[in-house]
Amino acid sequence: MSVDNPLRSDLAFVAHLIERGTRVLDLGCGTGELLAHLIGAKACHGTGVEIDPDAVLTAIRRGVPVIELDLDSQMAEFADDSYDTVVLSRTIQTIRQPRLVLSEMARVGHRLIVSIPNFGWWGNRLRLLRGRMPMSTDLPYSWYDTPNLRFTTLAELEELFAEIGLRMEQRITFNSKGVLSGRNDPLSNLMASSAVYVLVPA
Amino acid sequence: MPHRDPGSVGVVETQTVRLFSDDQPLVLADGSTLGPVDVAYETYGTLSDARDNAVFVCHALTGDAHAAGYAPGAIRPGWWDNLIGPGRPLDTDRFFVISANLLGGCQGTTGPSTLNPDTGRAYGLSFPLLQMSDFVTVHRALVQHLGIARLLAAVGGSLGGMQVLEWATSHPDDLANAVVVAASSRLNAQNIAFSAVARKAIMSDPDFRDGDYAELGVNPDRGLATARMMAHITYVSEDALSAKFGRTPQGEAIRPGFDVDFAVESYLDHQGEAFLGRFDALSYLYLTRVMDYFDPFADTSALAGLAKRPVKFLVVSFDSDWRFSTQHSRRIVRHLERAQLPVTFREIKSPWGHDSFLLDGAQYHATLTAFFDRALEEGL
Repeated sequence: MSVDNPLRSDLAFVAHLIERGTRVLDLGCGTGELLAHLIGAKACHGTGVEIDPDAVLTAIRRGVPVIELDLDSQMAEFADDSYDTVVLSRTIQTIRQPRLVLSEMARVGHRLIVSIPNFGWWGNRLRLLRGRMPMSTDLPYSWYDTPNLRFTTLAELEELFAEIGLRMEQRITFNSKGVLSGRNDPLSNLMASSAVYVLVPA
Repeated sequence: MPHRDPGSVGVVETQTVRLFSDDQPLVLADGSTLGPVDVAYETYGTLSDARDNAVFVCHALTGDAHAAGYAPGAIRPGWWDNLIGPGRPLDTDRFFVISANLLGGCQGTTGPSTLNPDTGRAYGLSFPLLQMSDFVTVHRALVQHLGIARLLAAVGGSLGGMQVLEWATSHPDDLANAVVVAASSRLNAQNIAFSAVARKAIMSDPDFRDGDYAELGVNPDRGLATARMMAHITYVSEDALSAKFGRTPQGEAIRPGFDVDFAVESYLDHQGEAFLGRFDALSYLYLTRVMDYFDPFADTSALAGLAKRPVKFLVVSFDSDWRFSTQHSRRIVRHLERAQLPVTFREIKSPWGHDSFLLDGAQYHATLTAFFDRALEEGL
């Protein structure tokens, strides 16, 4: 149960965006991999939120403070402006009320980091054209066995950010091999298989 | 023999130590003094050379020092035996576990039915009213007596969890980790109402005699048994009672009357009767009153000490607990988390209600194991 194992690559990228010594809330923290790294290597402190029982146990064993609660209905447990950064890592597509959760993140944190698989990636579009539901390295599930409930493209997600009053400070996009692609590429909604956003409440 | 079970700590005898004397009495939170004070306690496992593996177990309302193993000749083990022993979550091959009867109790530690050396009679209602911090003061004296400067953890369920919360907030230097299970940081009206009925049952028993019953050679059996019967209902869930008894008749067929017609009535009768042999009515009054008034976060600076010396908290509730529901635990978590303290919270699924904290549900024990193992690895 070492924290020295290399971080999953998308988490490593998120970690890279978080400043040393800051307070972090990681929503959908899984086994606490990101927070364990931030606590151990960057002197951060904070809290993870997770509902999968086995993942929670691993997080506890790692020494990551983790709170079991339902993101859709219990974000009110967290106080206004109580975290420097709130992370939602590849979780937004699994929650029932993404708009509400994003608004709550904006209330709780000074800065938001949201990572997401892009349903608008060309590979997914091709599959749809062939009459098949999207599946890719970033969306590895068949339609009948997926935790994903909400399907969005980067373009539509960015519209929601604007509507909620979240200003995009950074957008980093990745191709299907996880390699960083151009930051402000107008074609990113087509070319990016996933993306990481840094957002600031306006 | 059950104590030969490899997971058991075996045969254990309760010890008693005088921690406060007439000359050096216990100073209570309200400024009054009490002495002498004797404390009954047990320990399990071995204190490490570095004295860094001690875990203090705080018991609930009607618990005692005998948390694990078997008293000489006993068939049933201590009340938290499934937690404490070789290979169990509090693995006595690695942890040194301390369990003490609390102040005001009736299982070896000084309480209202102890003889007052000044009068040669039991204290009765002249015993001072206590606060949660008084329990902690006595626990701390025991820890000091055992030569331990800092605990790796304190753990408790229900009233035990409330003691742990008080301890961690008032003396954060004393412990590195705090485990608060099925507890509350402030009883609500319903909780106080149940306590009130229990106390009413005891005090309105003609044999209560203004608390001087022992002196007069009687005991408020009916009141105490009734109090226990009612409280016991609140310790189990509706589903658990239904599953266990349903509407099963007691005996062959129900002949309607005012006797014990249903199995659940017989069960409650038994709970009340069994309680009389091991618990004192005055202790019941004094200890429930402490719970009623406990409200540590009412003091807005309550967490100031913890901010300087954070303790790692684990807060656990059970979804079927309606005595101290998950809302009680969430309130504790909210206060701690908002003070930026490291706090872990789980609501465990369990059908058994409040009593779940005494049982060995797989997720519950796995959670405690993960937390304690990490605590030991991290050390003081």
